[in-house]
Amino acid sequence: MNQAVTTPAPARAPSYMRIAARSDSAPADDAAVAPRAAPKVEIRDLRFYYKQFEALKGINLTLADKCVTAFIGPSGCGKSTLLRVINRIYELYPDQRASGEVLIDGRNVLAPGEDLNLLRARVGMVFQKPTPFPMSIYDNIAFGLRLYHDLPQSELDGRVEQALRRAALWDEVGGKLRQSGLSLSGGQQQRLCIARAIALEPEVLLLDEPASALDPISTARIEELIFALKSDYCIVIVTHNMQQAARTADYTAFMYLGDLVEFDTTSVIFTHPNKKQTEDYVTGRFG
Amino acid sequence: MAAVYARRRIRNIVAMAAAIVATVLGLAWLASILWTVLRGGIGALDLDLFTKMTPPPGSDGGLLNAIYGSFVMTGIATLVGTPVGVLAGTYLAEYGRTRRLAEVVRFVNDILLSAPSIIIGLFVYAVMVLPMKHFSGIAGAMALAIIVVPIVLRTTEDMLNLVPASLREAAAALGTPQWRVIVAISYRAALQGMVTGVMLAVARISGETAPLLFTALNNQFWSSDLNAPMANLPVVIFQFALSPYEDWQRLALGGALLITLVVLGLNIAARALANWGSSKK
Repeated sequence: MNQAVTTPAPARAPSYMRIAARSDSAPADDAAVAPRAAPKVEIRDLRFYYKQFEALKGINLTLADKCVTAFIGPSGCGKSTLLRVINRIYELYPDQRASGEVLIDGRNVLAPGEDLNLLRARVGMVFQKPTPFPMSIYDNIAFGLRLYHDLPQSELDGRVEQALRRAALWDEVGGKLRQSGLSLSGGQQQRLCIARAIALEPEVLLLDEPASALDPISTARIEELIFALKSDYCIVIVTHNMQQAARTADYTAFMYLGDLVEFDTTSVIFTHPNKKQTEDYVTGRFG
Repeated sequence: MAAVYARRRIRNIVAMAAAIVATVLGLAWLASILWTVLRGGIGALDLDLFTKMTPPPGSDGGLLNAIYGSFVMTGIATLVGTPVGVLAGTYLAEYGRTRRLAEVVRFVNDILLSAPSIIIGLFVYAVMVLPMKHFSGIAGAMALAIIVVPIVLRTTEDMLNLVPASLREAAAALGTPQWRVIVAISYRAALQGMVTGVMLAVARISGETAPLLFTALNNQFWSSDLNAPMANLPVVIFQFALSPYEDWQRLALGGALLITLVVLGLNIAARALANWGSSKK
């Protein structure tokens, strides 16, 4: 069931050739759902613990580059936890730990020597609640840029504008960059956070329920944004909203109680999933 | 049902009346103190108070040397105590959190916060005044600094704990080193509260008498030498108010009014700053 990956694979090619968690009873049209894009992130036997509690029970999953992958599942299934492992943000809390491997471009970022700050600059993240910093709109974007680049003012201005344009926020805030980021509406704040993340040109973008605190119009804007951004990034989105997963994602992973139940293209997950549990969840029978 | 309701109404009236009486009783003392200080001190609050030295009994004078001494010692104490308090509070809120050392530091700080200030005066007397063999302004400033530390530490920790974890996560998610998250994000978000804490600490030490009695003592004359005994408002008030001389008593009341006004002003400013901060969000 391994299909040739069309884009040139990195040195350790064989490990990238499979999309994990496909059941062996996959239907014959398997080939039709094979990912066309190159794998970007490969998660292997990932286990995660909050103190003694095992929140992820051996996850295997490959995330394709320049695609949107959605994690869905009922509350407490571990989808946010899985997201938080990819940039190791969980390490802010001493009693959380992970075992297994997360390979980004073939390199295990869970390895002890990994520089967390450099990793997080490569793997951007946007949270459920908008988190603008208590500073001006301009400085919110420039903050991350100043960390890693020594840019002259004119170029910094350009990068800030570019990030705001790509986040579809420039038209609304271009004239008031000196105002506090806290003065924006919730939807604008969230787009500001996305602009802040993409200003650093990350390779992977993690979105943790980015629209769940927003009204429908703001949500639609965020979804349009995700669609526009996926040509450049490997995007992962955690969502409670199944329509959102269906609209935005190329691939969908259904998780339940710390296990990855099923992973396939979004159309398979939502139209003819292989597992009964998946079908029950996407049709709204539980969760 | 009507009976139950009537009984509840009566109970409500009784409880409310008791609360009002208690409030009035508490505030009456405060008003009485303010009135006494104001009535006695307002007459002494003239230009002489700010331009002349403390006089011998029976001659003209003011409180200039005492005002200057208080100003200098309070200033040094704030400059010394604030960084220690801020850094220790930062350790507790950002690094230590639930570690054993943090628990110990927090407990010790609580004790220091409620320690009688005369104990702190005696401590500085033992470790500074005795070895130096004389009272000094710097010893007074150190005693006051020891009072500043726990206040600033506590408010810093409390204010940093109010900074949402999501903000720290968001900063860390950009690849920000921890020190930079603290300086650029946490401090910025907590700044108003931290400044309020420092102002309250200044208000607190500007009226402290006991620690200065054992350290800076007092000085009849102008002295800007930190290595010598230094005049200061609280001790001058203490000495002059207890004296039998009417003009000294008058100056003591003038000094008391001055301190009261400064402390009141600092408290109002601190409160205004805190309100301004919360209304801006």
